[in-house]
Amino acid sequence: MFSRDKWNEIIESLSSNWFRTILTAFGVLWGIFILVILLAAGKGLENGVKQGFGGMATNSMFMWTQTVAKPYKGLPKGRRYNFKTKDVQAIKDNVPGLQYVSPRNQLGGFGGTNNVVRGLKSGAFNVYGDYPEIINQQPMDITSGRFLNYNDLNERRKVAVIGEGVKTTMYENDEEVLGSYIKVNGVNFQVIGTYKKKSTGGGNSEEDQKEIYVPFTSFSQAFNMGDIVGWMAITANDNNSITALKSSIFDVIKENHTIHPEDDRAIGNFDLFEEYTKISGLFTALNFVAYFVGILVLLSGVIGICNIMLIVVKERTNEIGVRRALGATPWSIRGQILLESIFLTIISGMAGIILATLVLWLVNYALAAQDSSEMMFINPSVDLVTVIIALLILVISGLLAGLIPAQNAIRIKPVDALRTE
Amino acid sequence: MIEIKDLHKSYKTGATSLHVLKGINFNVKEGELVSIMGSSGSGKSTLLNILGMLDEADTGSYMLDNVPIKNLNEKIAARYRNKFLGFIFQSFNLINYKTALDNVAMPLYYQGVSRGERLDRSMAYLEKVGLAPWAKHLPNELSGGQKQRVAIARALASDPKVLLADEPTGALDTKTSYEVMDLIQGINDEGKTILVVTHEDDIAHMTKRIVNLKDGVIIDDSYVEQVRAKDHV
Repeated sequence: MFSRDKWNEIIESLSSNWFRTILTAFGVLWGIFILVILLAAGKGLENGVKQGFGGMATNSMFMWTQTVAKPYKGLPKGRRYNFKTKDVQAIKDNVPGLQYVSPRNQLGGFGGTNNVVRGLKSGAFNVYGDYPEIINQQPMDITSGRFLNYNDLNERRKVAVIGEGVKTTMYENDEEVLGSYIKVNGVNFQVIGTYKKKSTGGGNSEEDQKEIYVPFTSFSQAFNMGDIVGWMAITANDNNSITALKSSIFDVIKENHTIHPEDDRAIGNFDLFEEYTKISGLFTALNFVAYFVGILVLLSGVIGICNIMLIVVKERTNEIGVRRALGATPWSIRGQILLESIFLTIISGMAGIILATLVLWLVNYALAAQDSSEMMFINPSVDLVTVIIALLILVISGLLAGLIPAQNAIRIKPVDALRTE
Repeated sequence: MIEIKDLHKSYKTGATSLHVLKGINFNVKEGELVSIMGSSGSGKSTLLNILGMLDEADTGSYMLDNVPIKNLNEKIAARYRNKFLGFIFQSFNLINYKTALDNVAMPLYYQGVSRGERLDRSMAYLEKVGLAPWAKHLPNELSGGQKQRVAIARALASDPKVLLADEPTGALDTKTSYEVMDLIQGINDEGKTILVVTHEDDIAHMTKRIVNLKDGVIIDDSYVEQVRAKDHV
């Protein structure tokens, strides 16, 4: 099938009219180029938006208390309650499939009064009491020193990790940060590290750099929280979705706090996974549109090839007649036309893929030169699977494009074909 | 070599039917050089097409080298054509983007002969027709006579039982015609069976037997004194 002679024949017949061959090839080239570029652009947008999640563990939810909406077991509605540290343990024990359950407490808030003092400087910052796992749920880059660890928690050390924003406000440029002390609501904490948060793409990225993280236990003790937990950040492991596990987590809380099992308003939550799924769905749709449009454009190229092959067959009617008189079987003629069509499709398709890759490389090159953290469009690319799918589409469409002309070539009787001059 | 009994063929064009061959009986022995003559519309080309398995008769039998040629599908017909027959056409029908050598090698390609052997054998046939120095030339770089000689070499390449020539000299001037006929006579002298369709008397008399067709029947079939083309060149 792939003898040297066959290839020679293909090259000979395609090169007999270069201009036409190239024009035809361009149709397919253009189609596959559009397909790849569209897919890559979709991917780039997806990458950009997903980066907006700041690398956050997307299979997560945040949960806080609200007022109880239904009376239950003699307790009135409108009652307030707090999560306790024992709730954390209860959730871990009773709900399988969770990766992290991080209790959190918070001081201060956006626009709050100054709560942090260092020497003559003061500032208003969010101060969080946290467990070390929080860095896996809301990733941040440690720019110097280290993050909190379990020794800090167990020994209730008064240590703090501060944001780059805090550093610029509270320190002179050349001052040593690590080992220094800052005073939070009158309590001294030693700075052990600084962080810079990955972009969240939102408007509060400035605020994100102005946070202070201290051990949860030290926070409770220093600021008289007792065993109260302000809210929780819960992440499910990769085999479960947090959306599915949510209700069993709520059940544990309701049980512990004597809340009516059907009270949906007692616990507030934000389900990041649900939001993320919505956006993922958007990109699935976008991908579909890219394939749809790309394949349609490709189709017009394929029709072009089909047309040209029809003309080629027409032009070579006499030659086909001669070949058949000399002993060519119908299949060898058909195979010849099909191979030509597939060959033309694949070669031009490859050229299209190469061209698209080149363009993507240039775009990436231009994008790489800029700071990508705030961009909505990052690393437009197609994976190998997509390219293979595209090639497969090409082979099939080449085959289809050749089918009708090949059949045409056979339909003419050799004696009629010979009569054609 | 060729046995034809009561061959009929008609063409249908819309409602009317044209009866072209009306019962042809015709035998050719091995080594004969036969010319088929007749005015246009006499059915000589149709007869040749049927002999060449390019067309099929309606009724009647056709035996070629004791093989009945009947109800062939295209695949078998192609194999028989390749094995039994060599074609020479009025308009040469060379493939114009292939060199003379590759043109000659075509039948061998369809026989599945390996490339090296194919080219060796084709070269031998080109030498036989005296065109070895033109082996690498494309058809449009050759004169008419040269083209026809390449076509003859091509027809010989597969070593067929019978050569079928449809007006082989129709597109050539007298001098070249005689050269081509000289070549055909030479091939016949080596024992090859050859059928020539022509409407030129002088060409017909260079064969050994003339079959005259008129309105679809053979009106005359006689052996003649062969005129050697060489004497006229």
